[in-house]
Amino acid sequence: MVRSSLAVLVIDENRIRASIIEAGLREAGHERVTVIHDVTGIARQIAEIEPDVIVIDLENPNRDMLENMFQLSRAVKRPIAMFVDRSDQASIEAAVDAGVSAYVVDGLRQERVKPILDMAVSRFNAFSRMARELEEARSELESRKVIDRAKGILMKSRGLSEEAAYTLLRKTAMNQNRKISDIAQSLVTAAGLLGPVEDE
Amino acid sequence: MSMGAEHQITAGFMPLFDSAVLVAAGELGFAAREGIDLTLHRETSWANIRDRIAIGHFHLAHMLGPMPLACNLGLTPLASETIVPFSLGLGGNCVTISNAVWDGMAAHGAKPDLDPARAGAALGALIRERAAAGHDPLRFAVVHPHSGHNYELRYWLAACGIDPTREIEIVIVPPPFMADALATGRIDGYCVGEPWNSAAVAAGTGHIVTVKAQIWRNSPEKVIGVRKAWAEQSPEALAALLRALHHSARWCQDPANHGELAAMMAQPGFLGLPPAVLMPILTGHLKLGGGAELDIDDFFLPFDKAANFPWKSHALWFYTQMVRWGHVAHTPENLAIARDCYRPDLYRSALKPLGVALPGANSKVEGALRVATAVGATGAGLMLGPDGFFDGQIFDPDEIDGYIAAQKSARAQA
Repeated sequence: MVRSSLAVLVIDENRIRASIIEAGLREAGHERVTVIHDVTGIARQIAEIEPDVIVIDLENPNRDMLENMFQLSRAVKRPIAMFVDRSDQASIEAAVDAGVSAYVVDGLRQERVKPILDMAVSRFNAFSRMARELEEARSELESRKVIDRAKGILMKSRGLSEEAAYTLLRKTAMNQNRKISDIAQSLVTAAGLLGPVEDE
Repeated sequence: MSMGAEHQITAGFMPLFDSAVLVAAGELGFAAREGIDLTLHRETSWANIRDRIAIGHFHLAHMLGPMPLACNLGLTPLASETIVPFSLGLGGNCVTISNAVWDGMAAHGAKPDLDPARAGAALGALIRERAAAGHDPLRFAVVHPHSGHNYELRYWLAACGIDPTREIEIVIVPPPFMADALATGRIDGYCVGEPWNSAAVAAGTGHIVTVKAQIWRNSPEKVIGVRKAWAEQSPEALAALLRALHHSARWCQDPANHGELAAMMAQPGFLGLPPAVLMPILTGHLKLGGGAELDIDDFFLPFDKAANFPWKSHALWFYTQMVRWGHVAHTPENLAIARDCYRPDLYRSALKPLGVALPGANSKVEGALRVATAVGATGAGLMLGPDGFFDGQIFDPDEIDGYIAAQKSARAQA
């Protein structure tokens, strides 16, 4: 474990992602980690925390405001630039691809900051992956529900068994080159238009 | 996605109405007709646009007019050389203030006529009254330090005898948050593009006191910023895109298309706002607050008056204001960088085959045209101006040292 006295400020409106990054930084031995979700009054907080490294998500619409604040902080001799080394193009690309940006107090050595940035990038990527999987699971569940309802309509209106109803949906989907869930959704919508479906 | 397209171009934009010419080029087939497969990415900050241009995610983007200058002058954390071969329009911004500030200004003679001089005099009187009573300075917001908004707000205030660096505070707020920040009292006023001014008026929380089109008539706003390395590698793709943007801009200007244009920009993937909110910028008919309404000449021009021509004098005026407010030092090297940023040569060579009217000069004396004027140009029927500053000043791009010195001494005397 590396002991570090660097103060790290994480600005992220997404509380779950922020806590994932915070946990990662603490596991790596960083004790001075502050997380901010809402940028209201951030100037005062930055003055209090005096962060060496600021990590911010790229979706945050307040980046322009924050950068302006960092520029103005030159007046009090705390210049902050994005990344330690502008020439480290690969790191910068990896960060932007992951959706994270970082500002580092000028003069900090690359080897002290790099692990923090790498950590932020990998946790951002892990979070995106998790969010994607969650979304896939959610839409899978939604599709299953709508297919069940479509099967029910077919069973009732055409007197089919459940298996036959599903086969009909699947064949129709294949013939039309569409997803079963799309066909099921169309059927449910049409049934809704044609009359109240009993046993909703 | 047309697989057969000759050119693949990726562009970024911010959800603001003046991205319309770029968005319409992609959505309405102007780009496809020039053999371009144009992919548009909506962004959440100008910093993101700058970063994604710098690392090559975008070939080009919708940008604030002074932003490419700031990139090339090394004023931003991460930047690559960016050039401007096309302007996305003239005008479009307003200055909006809270009801409380409006009441204070009205007591000092302000009228709902958008006259910058009258409004500025009333604001100055209010600011001195507040200072004498020991109140905090008024806080104004702009969208970015290197923006037309910041520079025109400061120009207006300074010309009215208000020092924007000492007598008010200027902060940065993202455009969609402006009206809320005003309503909750976190700011007292702001300068931003539409529809974020009309939004405060509609909510009953703000008054529009003046407009960009009256501070500096037909003045530059957003541009197409292009990654220079890509422009040099792909001159044909860039020329094709400039032709597509030209046709798109002409379409956007035509009043017959305004309904369709507003409906297109209203979609969730672009602005995500009701179309009706987007009509004032197109008609120039603004509600000012308190029941007052006004028609504004040349409020926003996406095409007319050579609106797409990247005048070097526009870039150089931005440069003088960067110097004026301490964003950059005035040196021969910096001046040369500013002079090379806007590229009318690329605009002209791309559009020449179309046989349309093109300005013959790269620069003009800003503020010299008091009325709309037909100018000597290749092709026929090119009207320019009027391009006056409200205080009657002239900016001659051949007399930059004198202009900068005069503004400096005016401030020293204030």
